[in-house]
Amino acid sequence: MFDLSLVIDPVYIATIIIFIIGLQRMSHPLTARSGIVWAGAAMLIATLVTFLTPALSNFALIALGIVIGGGFGYFAAKRVAMTDMPQMVAIYNGMGGGAAAGVAAVHLLGPTHFATASLAVVGGLIGAVSFSGSIIAFLKLQGWIRPRPITFPGQQIVNMAVLALAVISGILVLFQPSWSPLTYTASLWLFFLLSLAFGILMALPIGGADMPVVISLFNALTGLAVGLDGFSFATPNYAMVIAGIIVGAAGSLLTVMMARAMNRSVRNILFGAFGASEETGVEIQGSMKAIEADDVAVMLAYAEKVIIVPGYGMAVAQAQQKVKELMDQLESKGVLVKFGIHPVAGRMPGHMNVLLAEAGIPYDHLFDRDEINPEFQGTDVVLVIGANDVVNPAAHRQGSPLYGMPILDVEQAKNVIVLKRGQGKGFAGIENDLFYRDNTRMLYGDAKETLGTVVQAVKKL
Amino acid sequence: MSDISMFWTAVCIVVLAAFTGYVVISRVPVILHTPLMSGSNFIHGIILIGAMVALGLATTLEQQVIGFIAVVLGAANVTGGYVITERILQMFDPGRKRPGKEA
Repeated sequence: MFDLSLVIDPVYIATIIIFIIGLQRMSHPLTARSGIVWAGAAMLIATLVTFLTPALSNFALIALGIVIGGGFGYFAAKRVAMTDMPQMVAIYNGMGGGAAAGVAAVHLLGPTHFATASLAVVGGLIGAVSFSGSIIAFLKLQGWIRPRPITFPGQQIVNMAVLALAVISGILVLFQPSWSPLTYTASLWLFFLLSLAFGILMALPIGGADMPVVISLFNALTGLAVGLDGFSFATPNYAMVIAGIIVGAAGSLLTVMMARAMNRSVRNILFGAFGASEETGVEIQGSMKAIEADDVAVMLAYAEKVIIVPGYGMAVAQAQQKVKELMDQLESKGVLVKFGIHPVAGRMPGHMNVLLAEAGIPYDHLFDRDEINPEFQGTDVVLVIGANDVVNPAAHRQGSPLYGMPILDVEQAKNVIVLKRGQGKGFAGIENDLFYRDNTRMLYGDAKETLGTVVQAVKKL
Repeated sequence: MSDISMFWTAVCIVVLAAFTGYVVISRVPVILHTPLMSGSNFIHGIILIGAMVALGLATTLEQQVIGFIAVVLGAANVTGGYVITERILQMFDPGRKRPGKEA
């Protein structure tokens, strides 16, 4: 009879090709949607043919695992709100990392060669770090633990020591020297425990605003772990190797690009504990001046040009739809409305564009930082909705923790209106002197309710 | 194949795959960073097939337990990664009806 397992490798190769085409399509806005559908179909077929692997047993357990994990992943991802997308990416990435660590562990618990075992040790270390680190990232973004950097004296020394111990225990696993006090299994468990501990320690000092970069880094790490795990089979699974390494490389590049959009280096993000230190000695002149919704409506309706700068606060308040209504009202009165989108507005690059697109605001209204910055000078009113750090002029002042981050220069507009829940600081925890400028007015309240009032007031004019 | 030629084949594949990943991502507009991160998150869900084989060939109870956990995690990575990416990219679909357009 025809040996069905012969179809596995050709299918895996086809899967890889479709993955690459899918990623390629995801890199262009017009074809992006079809890209994931292609990749999804390839993944489904690859999963099905894997059941044909020779000598495979435990079929019921495999199927049960897929149903439990797949069901959970599916329903959780369907139900989550768009605003919570970053932490969902983090948690699914962590699960991939955990699976990679698990595959490495299963391999190391069986008979091994030195070469495959050493790759499994490296893959296991990286996968475990990505697993526990991503969980911390999830908890921080979800607000279940303090999102601000968690630091303690000697932190970096402790972190490095834990990593070093993890590496040493990994070496014990590989060489099993006679002087080692630990049995093989004991050193294996110790190795994974230390790796998981390092992942937690690595993510703790990172502030919420830097989380997207870190999620991207963990994403790249999981890819690398998956790629290395591909070698831990009797014959290398090149589908895993290639897909994993592609994600590792692409993810690393994405991480660097994100960090660059914030004018930070990856190194600085990982070891800087950003936002933990407070700038001292800078006195802010002036006071915050409040304004009422009706007055805002008048200012907006009789302006020639309005630029709206949305931030994460808008997303949290679910005010996108109200923003869209305001845009429609103003446009019907002949006001030119544009949106200025900072690359890291929201919680991930491009997150804000997605949220605005979801509300039905057309792309040609959205402008990125470099396009919109020269325009602020001739603008009558800038409406800042729930954004803070990305419009903080402190970024232009040497010595500020934000110094050097490219911002939206909204303070150059004739009038700036800031919609804000209260008088608190932004994610970076830095005082924003934009709020104290003479041409700035503060409109306090929940963004969704306040915008609703403004929209009604504009309608009546 | 000898071990040494297997080794160089593996190195070759890894280098080419890394290069491919680099080329596919470079010069991507910022607005697609999030969907691409989510999409590549889905793609490393291929760990599921590794977990399936690991569990399928597991002999000891220890291996079975860890392999089972790996399958659960890997499957969640696949379906969750897919749904999230699909939901994000839906917003980019040019044929999509825009809610409130006529308002």
